[in-house]
Amino acid sequence: MLRRLFPHPLLSLLLVVSWLLLVNQFKIGSLVMAVILAIIIPKLTAPYWPNRPPLKHIPAFAAYVLLVIWDIVLANIQVARIVLFMRNENIRSGWLAVPIDLKSPEAITILAGTITMTPGTVTSDMSSCGRVLLVHALHAPDPASVIHDIKTRYEARLKRIFE
Amino acid sequence: MDQIFEYILAALLVIGGIFAIVGSFGLLKLPTMMQRLHAPTKATTLGVGSALIASMLYFWFYENKVSWHELMITLFLFLTAPITANFIAKAQLHRATDKSDLPPTGVGTEWATFDPEVSSVNPDLLHDRDPG
Repeated sequence: MLRRLFPHPLLSLLLVVSWLLLVNQFKIGSLVMAVILAIIIPKLTAPYWPNRPPLKHIPAFAAYVLLVIWDIVLANIQVARIVLFMRNENIRSGWLAVPIDLKSPEAITILAGTITMTPGTVTSDMSSCGRVLLVHALHAPDPASVIHDIKTRYEARLKRIFE
Repeated sequence: MDQIFEYILAALLVIGGIFAIVGSFGLLKLPTMMQRLHAPTKATTLGVGSALIASMLYFWFYENKVSWHELMITLFLFLTAPITANFIAKAQLHRATDKSDLPPTGVGTEWATFDPEVSSVNPDLLHDRDPG
């Protein structure tokens, strides 16, 4: 019964929390509304969620989010320095092909989003087999080290969380 | 105490403003389209972020209530910024980038944007591809 009402428990929980945060104060009425939304929205969007994303280590995921937020702060400072203090002809931009070992689409999506938000890199495309990401780097004098960073810092952690 | 707090708030707002300006300046200064994409996706995140932290602290300290909207703004920003950047990058690949500019994938297949027959990808995902 509970399973039928909440086919995606994490999604439902997320919807309840976001609704309460949007209302900005706690009232029983808004909690009821939040639960109604948490039942309806997963049902309506069920075709897009054929299987449950397996989120195995929630503490590890929280740690990952904190790590990414910290990296975003560093990335901002780094990009600001490149924009302000480097001459355009010294900026060595380029495309990188980053091979990925992740299999689950959710994990790859999060990895691509992380790459876009962090130091000087934007995910642009994917190989048609889904095993390589095309990443544009703003300033990468040493592409191999950027790829190594992405793989050890983010991909290894996501692999542990999702697979 | 009040004054220290005001200084902290002011500092956060100034830092946010500086990063927003740097992001916009990058948009003007950098020469190529793909480079220009970096400035607004990165430098402005911190600009918006520190303004939001300042807003949360303000309500917490002066109005004595906790405001959660800032967290939601952060969440929506983190969800939408990478997707917008990816859309712009894809449009740039389609319109103004040649296949020979890109590195090889290294696994034998093409980049999805340039693959004439994206066969190993679920065909349901390919509505947007122009057959011609």
